[in-house]
Amino acid sequence: MPSPADQTASGSGAPLAHRLGRLDPYWWLVAPLLIVTIGLFLVPLFNILLLSVTDPEPGLQNYERLATASAPMRVFMTTLRICAVTTVIAIVLGYCVAYAMAHLEGLHQRLLLVAVLIPLWVSVLVRAFSWLVLLRDQGPVNDWLIGAGLIDEPLKLVRNELGVVIGMVHYLIPYAVLPIYAVMRGLDNRLLFASRSLGASPATTFFRVYLPLTLPGVFAAMVIVFVFGLGFYVTPAVLGGGRVVMLAESVSVAILQTVRWGYGAAQSVVLLVLTLILIGIMGRTVGLKRGFG
Amino acid sequence: MQSRRSPGFWLLITLVWIVVGFLLAPMFITVPISLTPTRFVSMPDGEYSLRHYETVFTGDAWLGPLGDSAMVGIGATLIATFVGGAAAIGLWRIGGRAARIIGVLALMPMIVPPIVTALALSRAWVTLGLFDTVIGVILSHAILGMPFVFMTTSAALEGLDPRIVEAARSLGAGPFRVVRDVIVPNVRAGLVTGGLFAFMISWDEIIVTLFVSSRSVFTLPRKIWSDIRDNLDPAVAAVSTLMIVATLVAATLYLARDLLRARTGATR
Repeated sequence: MPSPADQTASGSGAPLAHRLGRLDPYWWLVAPLLIVTIGLFLVPLFNILLLSVTDPEPGLQNYERLATASAPMRVFMTTLRICAVTTVIAIVLGYCVAYAMAHLEGLHQRLLLVAVLIPLWVSVLVRAFSWLVLLRDQGPVNDWLIGAGLIDEPLKLVRNELGVVIGMVHYLIPYAVLPIYAVMRGLDNRLLFASRSLGASPATTFFRVYLPLTLPGVFAAMVIVFVFGLGFYVTPAVLGGGRVVMLAESVSVAILQTVRWGYGAAQSVVLLVLTLILIGIMGRTVGLKRGFG
Repeated sequence: MQSRRSPGFWLLITLVWIVVGFLLAPMFITVPISLTPTRFVSMPDGEYSLRHYETVFTGDAWLGPLGDSAMVGIGATLIATFVGGAAAIGLWRIGGRAARIIGVLALMPMIVPPIVTALALSRAWVTLGLFDTVIGVILSHAILGMPFVFMTTSAALEGLDPRIVEAARSLGAGPFRVVRDVIVPNVRAGLVTGGLFAFMISWDEIIVTLFVSSRSVFTLPRKIWSDIRDNLDPAVAAVSTLMIVATLVAATLYLARDLLRARTGATR
């Protein structure tokens, strides 16, 4: 529904002062956000893009290095592998939790919802610290397993990819639950009754009716979890113990340790483009708003 | 669906509570560790001590970062709520394609990976002379929080009848009065929720903070970060415990209020 203000803003020919006078006064409310977002966010972001092809000298050598050298390729593959594994685990577990939440009532349902929401409010650093303490060689998990006689030597649970995956799944499950739960809640349960009354078994009803209907939520959750995973920094840095380097940490090393801005910028451009493509796909298919719950 | 529940359903519920255990359990490990009498991270062996809480509450090592975090958090929340909320209200009134495009623009700081934002702001703040200043950190956190206020306020506005504005206008209220006396009171819940999000984001922010500050602004996450990387200090467990307790108290209050409201059937 185009409003008069819309046409004024895009119309041309009239002198600026005249056009400003006719501008919807509500634009004044939007102005601070436009100034901050464009001036202090998008322009700096564009600068990074520029930096990636100008530092240390003009040209595409930063990207060339990313595409040909073995170290960045390894970082890239590690990132994709960890994100894929994390996404699958988080979505499967998240789907179960969302299903239970959508089919319980009263206090039980509310407790479940709060239990899922609480971790969202606990600092990512606190959680990484907790996992580091829990999973290390002399940690409670290994102590308990040895005490129970299940193992003789402590398992390597942390400072490797397993530790990173555990920490990331823990962080991302709530983000998987919420979009799926939103879709399940909006579902017309009569469709399931219809399916059952037409003679379909519970399993058939679930796989042929319920699951396809909840797929938009699953898809949105997958994109969100995967995109979050791509940008993870704290969890891999703490639980990977320096051995598991993901994209975000690789950017940080390029800037803070080796001070190669152009190279770090190129890596972050790759990360940004990948993120925007995935979010764009989600926006086109299930809609941004639904995706973010 | 609720009349008959198969054993399969209860099996699922059991699995779900195991998942919930996985979500909640790690947070409680910090409690015993914070009470250990030793100087290193260990499980207390029958003996407990509050020495690590004493460390947190005496001297500047932890209270300094705590103060910095509070100051940055409050500043960032105010800016994010004002800028994000105003824009949501403005775009709701303007509508159309321009509003939709700006709406996507407003969400960008939430979508761009934090490390990329960190790089961009770090460069920009050095140029603008904002690097390692309180204002610079507040602005960075405000930029990260804005999309959340924008989203929650927009969602609250969706439930508002636009005719309420026309009614106020026809009764002689100017645009400013309409916003202040009609729209804002109606979307207060959205603004407050968004502000809460903005505060929590600032309180927990580490990646951008690492790149836009160095010594003169040292937030709590920065302190925890450097402590975890250097050595495992039980004081971190004490701080973690305090933060988790605060979260649990807030969650309990929310749950209690929610239940009370459901009981009494009140609407607001």
